[in-house]
Amino acid sequence: MDVTFQFDWEAAFASIPFLLKGIPYTLLISFGGLAIGFLIGILFGLLRISPLVWLRVPAIAYIEIFRGTPVLVQVLFIFYGLPQLLGGPINALVAGIAAIAVNSGAYISEIVRGGVQSIERGQREASLSLGLSRVQSFRYIIWPQAFRRMIPPLGNQGIISIKDTSLFSVIGVGELVRQGQVYIATTFNALEVYLMVALLYLAITLSLSFALRLLERKGLVGQ
Amino acid sequence: MSRDDTHADAVPIVRLDRVNKHFGQLHVLKDIVIEIQPGEVVVVIGASGSGKSTLIRCINGLEEFQAGHIEVDGNELLPDGKSGRALQRIRTEVGMVFQQFNLFPHLSVLDNVTLAPMKVRGWSRADATETAYRLLERVGIADQADKYPSQLSGGQQQRVALARALAMEPRLMLFDEPTSALDPEMIGEVLDAMRELAREGMTMVIVTHEMGFAREVADRVVFIDRGEIVEQAAPDTLFDSPQHERTQSFLSRVLKH
Ligand SMILES: Nc1ncnc2c1ncn2[C@@H]1O[C@H](COP(=O)(O)OP(=O)(O)O)[C@@H](O)[C@H]1O
Ligand SMILES: [Mg+2]
Repeated sequence: MDVTFQFDWEAAFASIPFLLKGIPYTLLISFGGLAIGFLIGILFGLLRISPLVWLRVPAIAYIEIFRGTPVLVQVLFIFYGLPQLLGGPINALVAGIAAIAVNSGAYISEIVRGGVQSIERGQREASLSLGLSRVQSFRYIIWPQAFRRMIPPLGNQGIISIKDTSLFSVIGVGELVRQGQVYIATTFNALEVYLMVALLYLAITLSLSFALRLLERKGLVGQ
Repeated sequence: MSRDDTHADAVPIVRLDRVNKHFGQLHVLKDIVIEIQPGEVVVVIGASGSGKSTLIRCINGLEEFQAGHIEVDGNELLPDGKSGRALQRIRTEVGMVFQQFNLFPHLSVLDNVTLAPMKVRGWSRADATETAYRLLERVGIADQADKYPSQLSGGQQQRVALARALAMEPRLMLFDEPTSALDPEMIGEVLDAMRELAREGMTMVIVTHEMGFAREVADRVVFIDRGEIVEQAAPDTLFDSPQHERTQSFLSRVLKH
């Protein structure tokens, strides 16, 4: 038996152009989903800390449900389950974006809540004592400070969501993993191709980490 | 001689009428009655936990109260936070300086001072900036205008906080232990700025443990104990011949050292 397996660099590089076609989908699903998730997170994060119970309870329910169930199940539910309710198919790309949105939105709600609650009470009191309305106090004083503190956990969530999109090969979106699987089906270079797929994910997540570090450093000025 | 007499028939700018405040079971303010005349400097003294902060925070609505009523410059605060727009008007006319400064760390010194005049009073940036520099000049930190609060000493931060409050051109200033968080060598610079403000005729309500300062600038000293106003008088009277046993025992404790 020949045990010396040769890593086929040529095959690895040859797969790249095909794999790259998956990147726009991976980026679109992650960043599209995260953008919507961020809006959801702001809304539900603030509802979560509302003094009004009937605003707080739905927010808690949403957060617990979407944090407590796997994102894979969520996307399967949206892609295969919801059409039975709606009576028409859902585009796989839309289903992927929606799954990332509701899933990251739940986590981001908690990030928003933590960020806002971490701002010292005195900041709000000082701004109110100057005559600012509650909305102005939030907009000019609380939120800018809270947002700075949210950058690291938001970056974390971004990286998690980018990796979560790899699960969406199951609904047939042509993202990175799906492209890899399709390619391997004809060439059988699983080792080389999955390594390339992994490296491409790493390239995306490292770029994000790097960008966030720059943003954080900029945000530190004046703290 | 107290300056009180000169204010005797003026309309009070602050009036608290049988104000009662509870934190849960704790009865923090008990039937507080007090009137403050325009231009008067009132110093509130009392042991820690006696309700001094709560009392002055009721005046600008940072604390709600459960019974009684408060009138500030013609605007009425109602119990249980039911004051509506009066609250906003009061806060626009009443400035506050906090023990912990509470400057906005993400804004430069200049922006700390210009924010409220622009957003609340609707001043142009040019007007707000001009006023800010004038006030920063007055408290001796105009050269720090572009710095951020964290780059300043405690004494400088507190003077910025004073300038920030004054930029709204308040009719009344509240001070909650403005020098208690400061290193001893910085207390003087803040007290000097407050002294000057008093001299210019600002109405001030000051919670402080600086008894020498109280004696010097106060028109009236109010002693509060366990949520009650026990005694109030001109500083010399209150410090030299306190009438109540509780006042005597408090003063003997704080004046000892
Ligand atoms: N937010 C609060 N919740 C519950 N109790 C409070 C709160 N703020 C103050 N207290 C209590 O009310 C009393 C008066 O407090 P405070 O007005 O801060 O006193 P002082 O300023 O004279 O030290 C104290 O017993 C304090 O523990
Ligand atoms: Mg206090």
